[in-house]
Amino acid sequence: MDPNGVYLFLIGPALWFSATFCAAGFLARLCFLYGMSLGQDKVFYNHQSFYWGSRSIAHWLVPWGSVSYRTQPVFTFFLFSFHLTLLATPIFCSAHNELLEKAFGFSLWSLPDTVTDAMTVILLVSGIFLLVRRLVRPEVRALTGVWDYVLLALTVLPFASGFAAYHQASPYGLWTIVHVASGELLLVLLPLTKLGHVVLFFFTRAFIGFEMGTRRGTRTW
Amino acid sequence: MPQKTTEDLYLETFEKRPVNHKALADLVSANLGARIRTWLDICSRCGLCAQSCFVYLSNHRDPRLSPAYKVKHTLGEFVRRKGRVDQAFLEKCYETAWLHCTLCKRCSLYCPFGIDIATMLSLVRTLCHSQGIVPSKLAFFTENCAKSGNHMDLPPEELAETCNWMSEEASETVAGVSMPMDKEDTEYLYTINPREPVFYPQDLADAAMIFTVAGENWTFGSRGWDATNLPMFAGDRKVAGKQADNIYQEAKRLKAKKILITECGHALRSLRYEGPYLAGYADGLPPVPVVHYVELLYEYLRDGRIKLDPAKKLKEPVTYQDPCNVSRNGGIWEVPRKIISLLCEDFRDMAENREYNHCCGGGGGILPMGPDYRPRRMLNGRLKAEQIRQTGAKVVIAPCHNCFDQVRDLSEHYELGVKVVSFKELVVHQMIVPENLQPAGE
Repeated sequence: MDPNGVYLFLIGPALWFSATFCAAGFLARLCFLYGMSLGQDKVFYNHQSFYWGSRSIAHWLVPWGSVSYRTQPVFTFFLFSFHLTLLATPIFCSAHNELLEKAFGFSLWSLPDTVTDAMTVILLVSGIFLLVRRLVRPEVRALTGVWDYVLLALTVLPFASGFAAYHQASPYGLWTIVHVASGELLLVLLPLTKLGHVVLFFFTRAFIGFEMGTRRGTRTW
Repeated sequence: MPQKTTEDLYLETFEKRPVNHKALADLVSANLGARIRTWLDICSRCGLCAQSCFVYLSNHRDPRLSPAYKVKHTLGEFVRRKGRVDQAFLEKCYETAWLHCTLCKRCSLYCPFGIDIATMLSLVRTLCHSQGIVPSKLAFFTENCAKSGNHMDLPPEELAETCNWMSEEASETVAGVSMPMDKEDTEYLYTINPREPVFYPQDLADAAMIFTVAGENWTFGSRGWDATNLPMFAGDRKVAGKQADNIYQEAKRLKAKKILITECGHALRSLRYEGPYLAGYADGLPPVPVVHYVELLYEYLRDGRIKLDPAKKLKEPVTYQDPCNVSRNGGIWEVPRKIISLLCEDFRDMAENREYNHCCGGGGGILPMGPDYRPRRMLNGRLKAEQIRQTGAKVVIAPCHNCFDQVRDLSEHYELGVKVVSFKELVVHQMIVPENLQPAGE
């Protein structure tokens, strides 16, 4: 198989497919949940409050912003370093923006390569911390199934392979292909798995804010 | 061979009968709304909830007792197997849902996604209940509620008799104490815990003396006086809804402006928060406003309707047990502390307090499940015992009957040497009885 052909396929039709699947998947999941909630989850709508919902979300988006985070400060540090680099690195990576520019004639602001490279290292180190924590802490290990380890690996894979490709590790072509393919696989998995929390987090946090805050005046952070 | 625990022996009493898979599957599907689906789907197994759970902490951090683990291996399995579970699984769920969780909701404050574990374990109780797997005492109380609207199946005449007897006694301290029954157009329909007329009648007298001194317009309702709701903890949603609605209807019948609840935690949770949904009120709000006794007591003290004798202020070190269903799940934690500042000289708060308090280990229905479960309650209450010990308090104030009895048992078991009191008891002891209400001959 022609590696260049595979690469072109991956950054062409496969990318279109995975990006569309991700967006449509989330849309479908949200529509499904919305339809279901109208009948079975009146409690979600009865006590809505911007004040309590937004505070319930915001406090958990700030490092050490909740009592729970503060009880495990080191975990919280790595949790945030993991998530921040996970979201920011692909968006501000110059290579990605060059591809965007080429395809659509526009691009986002790019960070210098050394910065995104360092961010990738932070992500990988944070990923290793999360894995070790899963293995070492009994209460986390007891909860973890094979799929949780696989998902963590699949989340880190686009970054590890991207790092290898950027540093021209041998075989370069293969690393690039693994990088793009694993990134696309992740896009497909986002709406289907627990990784859906990237969107659903806002709804569940808002709900507990309504339930405890609006109804009882109880903080949930 | 290890000795069988009372819990093992209890499990053996369950009738071995085939599990109705169809009924379970239907019940799972009927309750699997958007919230529960999302919670089950996105739990990232981070384990942050473990540190929030008093059962986990009290039992040497057994990883199988973390909230996420408990849900994953109960409701998670019900959903995954679409109700096709066996009796052994239901018995395991029974242990988890009733003995390893009191539905205190503390974990939902510690979960990054705000997953409401208690709501899911409540559903596990309902699923078990549908197959006859339910603590026998809770089943007994539920039956009584369905029959007569109160847990003890106490006839109204007996309540009236206790009221008359206690009114006479109370009149020796405050002249003219009466306990009106079925009076119309009052400010408050006073609803109580059935343990009061049966085991703690002095509580009724204390309440009546406070009402009399404050000049309150109140009444009992002969058809609806039991504010508590153990069917809610037994997993019987139908009877739980009926039990809550019984009180709402009684308040409407007697045209009472508000429903007042005695110093009880889960009655507040039932009547103010869960009751409206259980009884089918679409807006989720009680049709008549619900007030907890502690809130009213504070109003009386603030407005000078009750005056305290400063010389009688409690000098011993005091701590306050925040009942989960009054504090975190009832939104009332500052008002009791304001009252305490008027009643006590040396108040020492527990390390985790207010909405972040730990359950005493007697909530969620386990205390009324009877003495067989006392060993389990004592194990689960280890953390609370340590918290109390660390304050150095000699008196614990608990405005909840479950907390009251549990802390008393903990004190005995862990040799804490504390006395448990209610707010009413302290207020009655310290209040100044106005001259016009002094009993004749004094």
